[in-house]
Amino acid sequence: MQMNGAQMVCEALIAEGVKTVFGYPGGAIMNVYDEIYKQNSFEHILTRHEQAAVHAADGYARATGEVGVAMVTSGPGFTNAVTGLATAYMDSIPMVVISGQVPLSLIGTDGFQEIDAVGISRPCTKHNYLVSDLADLPRIIKEAFHIASSGRPGPVLVDVPKDITAEYGEFVYPSDVNIPTYKPNCKGNDRQIKKAAEAIKAAKKPLLYVGGGAVLSDAYTYIRELAALGQIPAVETLMARGVMGAENPLLLGMLGMHGNYASNMAMSETDLVISLGARFDDRVTGKLSEFARYADIIHVDIDPANIGKLVDVDYPIVGDVTNVVKKLLEELKDINPENYASWRATLKRYDDLHPQAFRDSDEVIKPQWVIERIGQLVGEQAIITSDVGQHQMWAAQHYPFDRPRQWINSGGLGTMGFGFPAAIGAKRGVPEKTVINITGDGSILMNVQELVTAAEYQIPVINVILNNNYLGMVRQWQTFFYDKRYSETDLSFQPNFKALAEACGGLGYDVTTKEEFDAALKDAIEQNKVCFINVSVNRLENVLPMVPAGGALYNMLLDHKE
Amino acid sequence: MEIVRRVISVIVMNESSVLARVSGLFAGRGYNIDSLTVAPIPGSELSHITIVTYGNQKVIEQITKQLNKLIPTLKVIEHEEMVEKEMVLVKFPIESNLSDIQALSSAYNGGIVNVGIDMVITMVADEPVRIRHYIEAAQRYNPIEIVRGGVVAIER
Ligand SMILES: Cc1ncc(C[n+]2csc(CCOP(=O)(O)OP(=O)(O)O)c2C)c(N)n1
Repeated sequence: MQMNGAQMVCEALIAEGVKTVFGYPGGAIMNVYDEIYKQNSFEHILTRHEQAAVHAADGYARATGEVGVAMVTSGPGFTNAVTGLATAYMDSIPMVVISGQVPLSLIGTDGFQEIDAVGISRPCTKHNYLVSDLADLPRIIKEAFHIASSGRPGPVLVDVPKDITAEYGEFVYPSDVNIPTYKPNCKGNDRQIKKAAEAIKAAKKPLLYVGGGAVLSDAYTYIRELAALGQIPAVETLMARGVMGAENPLLLGMLGMHGNYASNMAMSETDLVISLGARFDDRVTGKLSEFARYADIIHVDIDPANIGKLVDVDYPIVGDVTNVVKKLLEELKDINPENYASWRATLKRYDDLHPQAFRDSDEVIKPQWVIERIGQLVGEQAIITSDVGQHQMWAAQHYPFDRPRQWINSGGLGTMGFGFPAAIGAKRGVPEKTVINITGDGSILMNVQELVTAAEYQIPVINVILNNNYLGMVRQWQTFFYDKRYSETDLSFQPNFKALAEACGGLGYDVTTKEEFDAALKDAIEQNKVCFINVSVNRLENVLPMVPAGGALYNMLLDHKE
Repeated sequence: MEIVRRVISVIVMNESSVLARVSGLFAGRGYNIDSLTVAPIPGSELSHITIVTYGNQKVIEQITKQLNKLIPTLKVIEHEEMVEKEMVLVKFPIESNLSDIQALSSAYNGGIVNVGIDMVITMVADEPVRIRHYIEAAQRYNPIEIVRGGVVAIER
């Protein structure tokens, strides 16, 4: 069929089954927006900032497992999108971003709103394309979706010059992809898997170390089965919360800088780490030479470059976590859970010694209480997104996540401003769930304009602001490591959050007591509108335990005396 | 860990930004590039990139894995057993002793390739170490300009 490039973009998105595009128009992408106007196969959500469009597409992808799609114009539209690309890249989120570009004839002339988008985005995309011939456009979009969602997922940018979207040509959407240089290996080597299974049977203190790859690969039922079969204890990374399920007796908790005592001690004492889709990030390992120092390591990862990057691995297995764990289950039929009984008992003692807990108060609202309370009130019914800071860590520590894709946060890049737009995307993707963004008084302002988007499209996202009048996490480091010199972290000068939400067409609640919080959350859910619940929490609360950066995991600050 | 020198051959799709992807990878991840050459492979849509780099074993392993990860990469060959050659062009002032320069260059399997009014140009293609020696030896004839071609390598 004859059509112009802009139509081809839309037809390709329709062929990929895209239901929602988040974006923001401008000169170089206007031809495509003209075609968006003429179609009604997918909806377009106009965010109020390109960064938010990309985070929303990202949140949509994380919540649904589908490829998120965002669209931006050239120049500043694209540069605004870069943080979104980098955020998705660091967490391996499948996403396609389509950006307008100046016409081919102007590329290289410093034309109006010209910027080298493929150059800038190269280090923060899985792959990117500049379309230089209309005939390539359908194939490129097909490849973009394939690359974004296969192997180790990631964002792909397609930069389309304006004259390409205006030009007419024949549209044939390819039915399959053939990239001779891209063949991710997903199966996992059988011999290696057998050896790993033998190692598990021979171990005395095995530990499942579950990472974000387990979520991406939708492996959770198999991982839970593996844990149950051998009664093998498990720890989760920040990205893997929900994989094991909060009620799972084999789950010790989250490990790492703000991991709980039992998890970090388990990692320090295990004799066999079974790493499933985790990548030994420095926030997880602490001091590398002390990390799992008594253990052999089985590392299952779809990305060979992750294996052996930071720690030496004894049983490398390149493959998709689901495929590998399924095969491990076959090999482990005769595993004897009794072998690890004393290991489990040791870990139980550790957990009893220092459980994941906090000292509640009757005078002030503790931020941890708010998280636990949300868990009690909505629990399984909610998807929780978050921003970056103390609130994020408390949410990860205290929320009873019981399925993957229930917890959405920027783990790798640590992007403040991610939570609200990601919540908008998640809610659009999974409308039947209550979506709550747990945020801070710093982070929420970094995409606060999205109140307008959520109000306009009636996307009822609940933002719970744990308001400590500080850039709390930075303030905490200043308390511990900078002698309480609170350089530029005091946020006492505040907007009127309630009025701000109302001014943009949402609801606002100011909360200073526990009763008010319960009432606000109930009302927010009933009213079904975008809202801010501004909760005044204990100002100087710290996230504990804490492993100081670069320290060994077993050296945790468990308590902090003023 | 011991720092080693490695020659890595990368076979890539011959597309517009592929060199930027490769060099950007090295810059972004802090890997060394000692030399880098690239040219299309005749009769194909591929290019052959030869990179000489230094690093410990872990770094070299990461380099090959990261190169493999690039979408347009077909193959990465990292071998100790490579036949390596490099080419150098040297411009000398004509007042130097021409026959000495000729003799020196032919000792390194090269010779004079161009003579102008006031300069001669020699070309030598040999193993990288020998190229280094040639350049050292050439110093006494006051070379005006030295252009090295970078290492190319082929698997044995
Ligand atoms: C875009 C961005 N800028 C700066 C930082 C550094 N940073 C990490 S946590 C934090 C404080 C966040 O404060 P707030 O959102 O109020 O959350 P709290 O820690 O108080 O819960 C800052 C500034 C970041 N992660 N992201």
